[in-house]
Amino acid sequence: MSTKNLNADNHVEEHHGAPSGIMRWLLTTNHKDIGSLYLLFSLLMFFIGGAMAMVIRAELFQPGLQIVEPDFFNQMTTVHGLIMVFGAVMPAFVGLANWMVPMMIGAPDMALPRMNNWSFWILPFAFLILLMSLFMEGGGPNFGWTFYAPLSTTYSNDSTALFVFSVHIMGISSIMGAINVIVTIFNLRAPGMTFMKMPLFVWTWLITAFLLIAVMPVLAGAVTMVLTDKYFATSFFNAAGGGDPVMFQHIFWFFGHPEVYIMILPAFGIISQIVPTFSRKKLFGYSSMVYATASIALLSFLVWAHHMFTTGMPLAGELFFMYCTMLISVPTGVKIFNWVATMWRGSLTFEVPMMFSIAFIVLFTIGGFSGLMLAITPADFQYHDTYFVVAHFHYVLVTGAIFSIMAGAYYWLPKWTGNMFDEKLAKTHFWLSLVSVNVLFFPMHFVGLAGMPRRIPDYALQFADFNAVISIGGFAFGLSQLLFVAVVYKCIKGGEKATAQVWEGAEGLEWEVPSPAPYHTFETPPTIK
Amino acid sequence: MKDEQKTQQATNKLVKKLVVTVFLMFGFGFALIPLYDIFCDITGLNGKTSEVAASQSSFVDKTRTISVEFIARTQGNLPWIFKPEVKKMNVHPGEMHQLNFIVKNNSVSNMVVQAVPSVSPGIAAAYFNKIECFCFNQQPLERGTSADLGLQFYIDKDIPAEYSTVTLAYTLFDISENIEQDEFIKLFAANKN
Repeated sequence: MSTKNLNADNHVEEHHGAPSGIMRWLLTTNHKDIGSLYLLFSLLMFFIGGAMAMVIRAELFQPGLQIVEPDFFNQMTTVHGLIMVFGAVMPAFVGLANWMVPMMIGAPDMALPRMNNWSFWILPFAFLILLMSLFMEGGGPNFGWTFYAPLSTTYSNDSTALFVFSVHIMGISSIMGAINVIVTIFNLRAPGMTFMKMPLFVWTWLITAFLLIAVMPVLAGAVTMVLTDKYFATSFFNAAGGGDPVMFQHIFWFFGHPEVYIMILPAFGIISQIVPTFSRKKLFGYSSMVYATASIALLSFLVWAHHMFTTGMPLAGELFFMYCTMLISVPTGVKIFNWVATMWRGSLTFEVPMMFSIAFIVLFTIGGFSGLMLAITPADFQYHDTYFVVAHFHYVLVTGAIFSIMAGAYYWLPKWTGNMFDEKLAKTHFWLSLVSVNVLFFPMHFVGLAGMPRRIPDYALQFADFNAVISIGGFAFGLSQLLFVAVVYKCIKGGEKATAQVWEGAEGLEWEVPSPAPYHTFETPPTIK
Repeated sequence: MKDEQKTQQATNKLVKKLVVTVFLMFGFGFALIPLYDIFCDITGLNGKTSEVAASQSSFVDKTRTISVEFIARTQGNLPWIFKPEVKKMNVHPGEMHQLNFIVKNNSVSNMVVQAVPSVSPGIAAAYFNKIECFCFNQQPLERGTSADLGLQFYIDKDIPAEYSTVTLAYTLFDISENIEQDEFIKLFAANKN
């Protein structure tokens, strides 16, 4: 079946004189090609952003200033954040969506293949602009990834213009990707694939895509306002001209909070695919998962000011945002308990994707709990802008989003390449990552509670020991990720042939096509019983 | 074939809707600015005082005393001196008071500044009535000179009982660069007369 399909493709390509080499990748409109491009791009960005984290940890290894200038340190924290959020996590999820969504719903491709090509190929330019700004005179952006005014307006240098344009391009790319996902899911489902039969990865991505469409334009607006405030004498955030710098934070976090769910909802989807497979049970509480995802998405629009408790909000406002934030832990708790209930009395096996998924469930929950602590307004005055916050969002983003991406990559890698990966190497990657990531981020809770502020190149002496431990964890975690590259490289090159189903308990349309998935799948839609 | 056409039509329709949504949300980002102002206006949050002069009060509530504190600061590296005559006043609600803020332009050039007021606690801003305030206007000042800027105010008699201290803070912003050249000259000419 597989060879037959492939031959048919080659035949067609010969006829149309399809480009080969680099032009194949530049001009491709195939969802699998574009998915691979997204994933490889995000892997590259993960290492560039990671290298910046290494600079940060090297500087913080000892108190005092030894390796970099404070201004360069600030550029590192800023660009590390921007690259990891917009360059690593988001494109990785878009890549997974490109690969898997059409295959999961029985569609031949994404609904808008040409736009799909565009939405990927503008991304490298966005990040090229951002990275090149680091080499400008005066350096790159140094105001934190949140680019608060007036840091980004009055006090920033001219690289801000490049920063703004690159964020615009990233935003356009995400919006195009989101439109594509929504249209594909609405219009290209195979007959019989009703909404409530869709795999959860598809569901979570559908909701994520709506969030993207709702908030990426607001981010575009915010950076535009920063640009005009800085260069065209507007006063959106300038009190001297009647504006308000706190307004910036309101607009930014109106985007920013849904954004953090954009980075975690697809992760929930991935985990909801993997846990049932290796528990050999149906997912517990499918419809409650769907409703929980939707309610997290809706609530995400009502909690933005919990990032701003210390800006001098009135008590009523602080209470409102505190309770709304705590409310989010209810649907999130529903999800955690559903995964645990799926595993309950299942015949569990612990392949690498499952190991990452279980680590995700445990460690994401730790991140969720520290989030709840931060949501308590009076406590937040103590935690605000300390390493406790850094610990919190790295638990939800690294052991949350990144671990789920790793889990997803290991889960579908045999489907993509047709080969099983080197399990021993992958398990080594998992255990090294698991240990080092906790050595890296767990002590940050302690130094944060003890009062170490974030985004500073130097610190008080009493934090020295913990910071040395954190840095060692950081280097170990960074190096461990090279193993991931080795596993992926080896798996692409060869290995034990994978079956169509790959994993014994795997269910769903993507496991019905051969491995590797042929270039074109489901040209005639499958029927869903 | 027919099915394909139908899908294509549905796709086009949905894409149009989504693109419109994107533009609406882009607009919404900008609409947040006036919306935020309206919200603060209605709820009285944010400590913004009224930008128009209030009329005088005819009633004085001698039973209550409120302590009013004044803070004056300059923004950035503005080389100006800016301070209130007195740092604190005890007033009865409804009672009229006047004080001057002293400014001195220590820079080497003529400058125009704007004072932006903010009242804390925020809700009290609605009860802080200014009959005359230098913050209503842009203030030109030649280099090396000083001036007294006047403020006439009273606290509204309806101010809720929980407020016994109200702080009025002024921040002085240099707006010389935001003003057109001829406007700049006009301001100084008017100041001389």
